[in-house]
This record gives sequence, C-alpha cells and structure tokens, in this order.
Amino acid sequence: MSITSNIPQGPLAEKWTKHKNDINLVNPANKRNIDVIVVGTGLAGGSAAASLAELGYNVKTFCYQDSPRRAHSIAAQGGINAAKNYQGDGDSTYRLFYDTIKGGDYRSREANVHRLAEVSGNIIDQCVAQGVPFAREYGGLLDNRSFGGVLVSRTFYAKGQTGQQLLLGAYAAMNRQINRGKIKAFNRHEMLDLVLVEGKARGIIARNLVTGALERHSAHAVVIASGGYGNVFFLSTNAMGSNVTASWKIHKKGAYFANPCYTQIHPTCIPVSGDHQSKLTLMSESLRNDGRIWVPAKLEDAQAVREGRLQPTAIAEEDRDYYLERRYPSFGNLVPRDVASRAAKERCDAGYGVNKTGEAVYLDFDAAIMRYGREQAVIQHMTQASDAEVRALGEKVVESKYGNLFQMYEKIVDQNPYKTPMMIYPAVHYTMGGVWVDYNLMTSIPGCYAAGEANFSDHGANRLGASALMQGLADGYFVLPYTIGNYLSDDIRTGPIATDTAEFEAAERSVQATIDSLINNKGSKTVDSFHRKLGKIMWNKCGMSRNETELKEAMAEIKALREEFWRDVNVPGTAHELNQELEKAMRVADFLELGELFAKDALERNESCGGHFREEYQTPEGEALRDDEHYMHVSAWEYQGEPADAILHKEPLVYDNIQVKTRSYK
Amino acid sequence: MKLTLKIWRQKNAQAKGRMETYQIDQIDGDMSFLEMLDVLNNQLISTGIDPVVFDHDCREGICGSCSLQINGEPHGPDRFITTCQLHMRKFSDGDTIVIEPFRAKAFPVVKDLMVDRSAFDRIQHAGGYISVNTSGNTIDANSIPIDKEDADHAFNAATCIGCGACVAACKNASAMLFTSAKVSQFALLPQGQVEATRRVLNMVEQMDKEGFGNCTNTGACEIECPKGISLENIARMNREFLTAQIKG
Repeated sequence: MSITSNIPQGPLAEKWTKHKNDINLVNPANKRNIDVIVVGTGLAGGSAAASLAELGYNVKTFCYQDSPRRAHSIAAQGGINAAKNYQGDGDSTYRLFYDTIKGGDYRSREANVHRLAEVSGNIIDQCVAQGVPFAREYGGLLDNRSFGGVLVSRTFYAKGQTGQQLLLGAYAAMNRQINRGKIKAFNRHEMLDLVLVEGKARGIIARNLVTGALERHSAHAVVIASGGYGNVFFLSTNAMGSNVTASWKIHKKGAYFANPCYTQIHPTCIPVSGDHQSKLTLMSESLRNDGRIWVPAKLEDAQAVREGRLQPTAIAEEDRDYYLERRYPSFGNLVPRDVASRAAKERCDAGYGVNKTGEAVYLDFDAAIMRYGREQAVIQHMTQASDAEVRALGEKVVESKYGNLFQMYEKIVDQNPYKTPMMIYPAVHYTMGGVWVDYNLMTSIPGCYAAGEANFSDHGANRLGASALMQGLADGYFVLPYTIGNYLSDDIRTGPIATDTAEFEAAERSVQATIDSLINNKGSKTVDSFHRKLGKIMWNKCGMSRNETELKEAMAEIKALREEFWRDVNVPGTAHELNQELEKAMRVADFLELGELFAKDALERNESCGGHFREEYQTPEGEALRDDEHYMHVSAWEYQGEPADAILHKEPLVYDNIQVKTRSYK
Repeated sequence: MKLTLKIWRQKNAQAKGRMETYQIDQIDGDMSFLEMLDVLNNQLISTGIDPVVFDHDCREGICGSCSLQINGEPHGPDRFITTCQLHMRKFSDGDTIVIEPFRAKAFPVVKDLMVDRSAFDRIQHAGGYISVNTSGNTIDANSIPIDKEDADHAFNAATCIGCGACVAACKNASAMLFTSAKVSQFALLPQGQVEATRRVLNMVEQMDKEGFGNCTNTGACEIECPKGISLENIARMNREFLTAQIKG
C-alpha cells in the first residue's frame, strides 16, 4: 500500500497533456474482454460508466435507487464552473485553478486542481453537444452568473436545476450505451463489500434490494462513485439514502480515507423546524448574487422578531446589520461558504438569530427586486412607474431567475419570499474529505478507483460553489477514461474473473454474517433513533466549530453508541425480502465507524482551515488560523480495526506555482 | 393533529394486496407528508408490525422517487409539488387519508406503496439521447447560438423528474406526457435534429410495448405534474411522430 501521489513531472500546465501521452493504452479489441464495475450513477459514476462503455469496456453500474437518473447529483441547484471567459471579465484556466486552491484554503493538490481547471471548458462543450439546455441570453449564447469566492462570472446554469440537467445528460449518455448492450445497469442494488484477489480489486458483493439476494459481480477494475458522507450528521442536504457504505467498505479492505473532517456546512439552507425533521433543504448559493444577508442590529429587535412581535420588513434600514458586507467589503455576500456559515453562527450565537430557535438569519431580496424593477422600467420606457409597479416588474425578473427556489421555500416554510425575507441557516451539504486517490484517481488498492465527491482530491478544506458538478464530470468524462486504461493495459490477457473462488466466497459469507446479526438482534431501539443520536453528537461536537475537549468526548460517545447499536438495534422483517430498515441499518453501522474517525481526524489537525474550524486556532478577528508549517499535508488514514486505532499517513502538499497566503476576502 | 390512515399493504409483486387502517396522533403541520409516514413507521416497528415501504430519496422534489396516490391524486392535494414537498398543514385534525401506490399496468407494485417504473428507463434507452461521444472533442459550446425562447422551452420540457404522476393521473395510464417531454427537449434544440426521426419512432414504439395506454387529451397529466410539464409537448411529439412516419 502506497501513498505516492504519482503526479507527473514537468511544468504544471503541461503535466496532464504529457501524462496522457505517456500512459499505456488498451487496444479496442482487448477492451471488449475487460469488465469494469461502477458503483454509483451520479455525475461522476454516470459519466464514467458512459465514457468507459463508449471506449469499449464492458461496464456494470450499481445504484440503490430505482433508476440511475435519481442519484443525488440531481439535486444540485446553482451551476457548474468553467474557465470559458465568455464574459471577457478576465477569467482563465489559471484563475480558476488559483481560485479553487485559495478557496480550498491551500489544502488541495495543485496538479489535480490544475487538471480540473484545464478540462472545465470542455465539459460545457460536451454537455451542450448532448443537448443540456443551459440558460442563454437573447443573442442565443450561453449565460453566466457569479458564485462565492470569485470575482468573475464563470458559472453556467440551468435555472436552479443545473445538477438535474447535467445528470440527465450523463444518464442519456448511459442510456445510449445500455441500448448498445455495453452497460448493464443494476438498479436497486447496493454494494456491500469489495472483493480482492491477489491484492487487486476484482469484484464486489451486492445485495439485490428487491429480493434480498446477495450477488457476486467480478471485474478487472472497480470504480467507487457513491458520493459523500454528509448523512453522518443525520440532518443534511443529502438524500435520505446517501451513504458512506461503498467508500467505507473499501477503506476496510485497505483504501486510505483522507481528511474525513473536511465538511462543507452550506450557509443558505432552510432552518430546522422541529424534532420530526428528516432532512434539510438547500437554497442555492446563486441566491447570494442578489440576496443580502442580515440580522437586526439591536438585540431587542432580534428578540421581538423571535417572539413574533416585530416583522422584519418593519425594521428600518439603519437598524439592520448586513454583517457580511460589513466584515468582508470586497466579497460582501459572495464570500466562500465556510466564511459565510461561520459568520451566521457568530451572529446567532451572539443572540441576533431571527426564528423561534434563534438559529436563522435573513436573506433579503427587496433591494434586488427594486433594482431589477427600475432597470425594467427604463427598458420599457415607464418613466412614471410607481413603487408598486417597479416592484411588480422586479419580482418578475427575480422569478425568472430563481422561481423554482422561491416556490420550494414557500412550500416548506409557508411564507412568501417575494414579500418577506427568507430565513436561512447553515447545514451540512458536502464532504471534501473522502477516499484517498493518487493523480490517476486510483485508491491505495490496485484497480480500485474513486471519483467525484467520494474522493478527496480537488477541493482541499473548502469547496467553492459550482465546483462539485465540475469535478464529478471532469473525473468521469475526462480523467478516469484515460487513467484507468493505464492500469487495465496489464489485464489484457487476464480473461474473465471467476466468482466461484474462495475470495468471493469469504466476502459473501462475511456480508451474510453482518446481515444475519442485524436481523437476529431483535433489540429495542429503531435504526433511526441511533442515526439521530449520532447526528446530534456530530453536529454539536464536530460541526461548524470544534475543540479538543469536545472532539475527545465525541470519539468516546460515538464508540459507546456504536456498541449500543450492535447490542440493541431492532431491525424488523427478514433478509430475504425488500427491507428498507435493514438497508438503513447497514448504512448507519458504517456511519457509526466513520463518525469516530472523523472526530479523530479533526482532533489530530491542530489548526483551522476552510470548513475545519478549531476554536483554539483563530485570529483575534475570529478568522481561521492555519498552521502551514505542521499541517500542509493530506491526512490519509489506514484502517486497523477500531477507528480510534487508524494509522495516519501524511501526503505533503507542495505548492510550486502559487504563493501560499493567508486567505482573505476582506 | 389526529389522523386515520388507510394504506395499501402488499407483501411483494406476487402477493394480493389490501387496505389497512392505522391511527396516528400528534402530527404537526410543519411536518412533510413523508415525515408523517416516518412517524407512523417507527410506531409500527415498536408494535411489531412491518413498516410501510415507499420510495423516497432527495426529499426536496427533484429526484422523482416518491410516488404516492393520496386521496386519489398523485402527490396529493397541492399543486406543482411532489409528495415529499407536501406538508401536513394541508390536512386537518380528524382527517382520513387514503394512501395508495401509483396505479398502472406498466407500473407493477413491488411492495406496499413502491412500484416498478423501469418502463420509463426503457423508453429512454430507446432513444432519449443524442449520439455524441463523451470524449469532449466537439465544437465550442457557443458556436451554435440557440434562440432563447427555444432554449427555455427545451429546458421546461427537460425538467421532467420521471416520477410517473402523469401515468397515475391518466385514466388510460398513458405515458405520453413523459415521453413527449424528452422528445420535445431534443426537438427544440439544433443538436437534437440529426436523430429526430429515429428518436421519436423508437421511443413511441417502446412506450407502446410497455403497455401504457393511449392519450385522449383529458389533460389530467398536466394538472397533476409536479413540474408543470405542458400538454404542448404531447402536441409537439404527435407532430414529430407524423413527420417521422412520412419521412420513414
């Protein structure tokens, strides 16, 4: 097992091109004899599966949903970055690379991020050719908007449904290959273990979720593209089924898990309304293009608002604290997500929160509505327009930009955001940490790859908005199809991998044993009750701000909870049928291990960087304080049984092409 | 609030199903409909009854997994939402709520409230794509300008989430709205023109093979569609289909 990043030699901007020229290829006739398994069918998995099948490999895809089209990439709202510079506002590959490295607080790998920026433009070309209906201007060309942490407009979008449109593009590319027989899609299937043969990834054990049967599937390589692990917090913007299981199973088989504590808490989500809540809903970052974030400037106003005695619209302009504009004048409401989230928490902790629980701030569109309204009045030559008419015109513009988001908000909160400011609060959204991979996206297990959110490589300690879609598609369409060939070129004489071997037998037996022990446990508590408890520990002690004492407590509490789970969980029904409680139990069991490693990683990293904020390490103004001397490395954890015993391997991060600075958005 | 739930229970695809009645209490108006079912399920588990199986995932109205027929309507009484976006404030204390799976011959029940919608996938396999390779070796994204109105209409058609409410709402269990949304997206874009003829013929053929009914223009699908996919798409597909048949 190695922790060599395998970054090619040579100047940064030439590494990827040179690497593509140097790596081994597999001839088309041999590709027909090679099988690849792809677990997960979101942007990374779907695009990888389609591209690999198109190249000629035999692909099998696995997803727990009833169709690949429902993978959670579908829910990404705001957009996808690309260094096209269509707006002529000074964008370039270098600038996208620089923004992403800086946004990640100098904790991502330079060569990977540069490659990402290089291929970004191609993603847009590709998607347009596939019929993805991006937003356009009246001249017929593509429109852009701005996202947090950057000073250019490089985000391509399809209203608030960009992820949906991109995923349907990848799904369509998959369908083309399914129709040709090159992809076999195993839907309603969940991967429950990786099978190693002579140290190489050679297959998986999957459970057919409809019949409950365990199945053996072999391949010459296995790609894990099963997304992030935000659901370890129970409440997050992830889908209910999003899980860490595939990533965790390969970790237990030898793949290192990198930077588990790097979590993105997204600043603009609909606040928690009560104990019954099952998930949180994101309001796209694109709203920060036009929405202004504020809380009352006076404590007594905040209290009156909380008690329902005062309406936000009745608070005078001078009595409002637009705290992001105040603290960060140059980026204002468009500071990166980690900064915006911490600032919201700071105001709410100081007593200025605006909903019943005191954990919400306002996102206000009034100024934007009036500004757009006045613009429209000029365009339509309505020189005498009244305020009400201007407002009506402005509301129309805002509706055309964010209509679906406003409707979503209104349905959940039962308030009209055109008339009264939205209430928002940070929520767990994305995990930058994940399976450790080298430059080729191969994990520390030969033949096992990780792509998209499941890997750790491109976003450092904080991901910029509209970069997840970019990375998922870059990995799947443009990186893996090249790099996997280099590995598979050694497999052209291997022939089909048999599944009636001792390795498959042992893996299947161990999965069966886990299932049996859950089903036969007949304890007294539901799976959900354990998941909620885990989520509370994670949110309170490993959430937006962390400290040594609480992280230590978290590790002990999670361990105790895990032991209680195996002792007292109640999984009804049998293993030989569709059993959603059993599915959940298997996932929660893995979260209960990951959670402890997460806390351990946060405890070990004695600095603040990006989304990882340690209270002990901050500037007098409350900004994150990095320690580049001791922590400019990737923390890659090797499994050793108990999460607390995991061994740390450090991959040093080297910045040859940009100067490492203190991140400032002031 | 206190509610009476009448829910379709069916052990598996082969078993015979039946309606069961459950009582539930302390339901808050701010809960989503699915969170209410979560409460019910935890209550059932603690009394030794198997929980009710239903499809759900993103719980924010975009993945298209949830698929309940609530009081006779796909996705329940509210408009332009999926079941997961329906909130209990739409109901009153003492209400009886009838919950069934989406009913259609082409959507066999898998278990309880979960149905098999793979017919939709097979319609897409038959032609719901543009045959370009994903290598990225294509023309610059801005080299073909597209009329904003066409692009917007294509987008509106493309927002279909494939939930199947259109089929469940239709007295003929027709999949015309679903199929036409995909056909329309590509028909409205220059990139989709090359394969237009083959696409519409193949997709319609597959749709018929799956056992969906015919369209009699009642418009129920449009009313129940959580994404407001317009009937215009069906008209456009019919036009595309006729043109394709003439062209052969």
